[in-house]
Amino acid sequence: MINLDHTAPIVENVFGISWLDFNLSNVLMIAVASLIVFLFSVWGSRNLQMKPTGMQNFMEWIVGFVKGIINDTMDWKTGKVFLPLGLTLITYILVSNLLGVMTMGVVGHDLWWKSPTADATLTLTLSAMVIVLTNFYGIKMRGPKAYFKEYVSPVPLMLPFKIIEEFTNTLTLGLRLFGNIFAGEVLLSLLVGLATTGVLGFIGAALPMMAWQGFSLFIGGIQAFVFTMLTMVYMSHKVTNDH
Amino acid sequence: MHSYLGYLTIGATVGGLRVGDMLVQLFFFLLLLYFVKKFAWGPLMNKMQEREEYVAGEIESAEKSRLEAEKASIEAAAQLNNVKLEAQKLIEDAKSAGMKQEQDIVESARKEADQIIQAAQADIQNEKEKAIQALQDKVASLSVLIASKVIEKEISAQDQEKLINDYIKEVGEER
Repeated sequence: MINLDHTAPIVENVFGISWLDFNLSNVLMIAVASLIVFLFSVWGSRNLQMKPTGMQNFMEWIVGFVKGIINDTMDWKTGKVFLPLGLTLITYILVSNLLGVMTMGVVGHDLWWKSPTADATLTLTLSAMVIVLTNFYGIKMRGPKAYFKEYVSPVPLMLPFKIIEEFTNTLTLGLRLFGNIFAGEVLLSLLVGLATTGVLGFIGAALPMMAWQGFSLFIGGIQAFVFTMLTMVYMSHKVTNDH
Repeated sequence: MHSYLGYLTIGATVGGLRVGDMLVQLFFFLLLLYFVKKFAWGPLMNKMQEREEYVAGEIESAEKSRLEAEKASIEAAAQLNNVKLEAQKLIEDAKSAGMKQEQDIVESARKEADQIIQAAQADIQNEKEKAIQALQDKVASLSVLIASKVIEKEISAQDQEKLINDYIKEVGEER
């Protein structure tokens, strides 16, 4: 761990259940990110009109953007049910990524305010959820027979690789997001450490910090896009017949 | 260096693999998915769909009305042409009718004039004959009158008496 003096607000054995541990910082940040996304989405799509103005245009641009991602990977007829999933993923991950770039909050020695996506547990949860969803829709849309046949095509020898692929997909999808965001936050924390050493340190750290925050914004956007894109790619592998 | 870290600082922790966090993340994400779908993206997508259909319908109706307008304009042009032809025909008819009427009028006028002339000539002839007749009658009586005057002058009293006597005689004899 980089910040040795920063601990996480962890509570263990909740309700006396030995495996149920919570990182309260994660719980807080998940709630905050969800709330922001929810309020923003509802605020942006209130007062809908046939002739869109201002915010509605922006929301429709987001819809069009995610629609474009889905259209790149599968045809629109099968893909349109995934539009809300894609929209929620891209907005939630983007907001989560940016939460940690704007500021960090430490209370006492506990790190409370950060990106929820800078925690591997949470990104892996998201990616596992996505992979489970792809399998679920694979069965639902193509039927169990076609779904299971996919595992042994073109030859039965592929079966172990196909099964391993599901887990590697989960890991790469989750860890890519986590790694990018976590690395960004580590570098930011180092720069803050430099800035707090004194006047010279502050002057020296100011410029690279601004640059790195700008870059983190960029990374946050890119990673949200990549996560959504890959979700749709995996989804299309499961729900389309032609490949 | 770490001792300088303040309250508002930037940092991150990797964190362990805690089941509670996973459940919270999953719960919140699915909840969020449900709510934004219901309250934000759902209505928005419906609106976009509605607009798409509206625009398609409008384009279709515009196309239709354009075709109709084209048809109507062609019809109007044809009708205009017809009307023009008709008008030309009417004018020509009127012209020829006028010409004919003119000829008729001239013809009948001429006839009438001829008749009047003939009647006048007949009248003149008639009057002439009457005048001649009257003149002849007058001449006869005048000549008698003149003759009687002349006779009157030349007869003497003696003769007159003789005449009267003769007349009386004649009358007596006749009885």
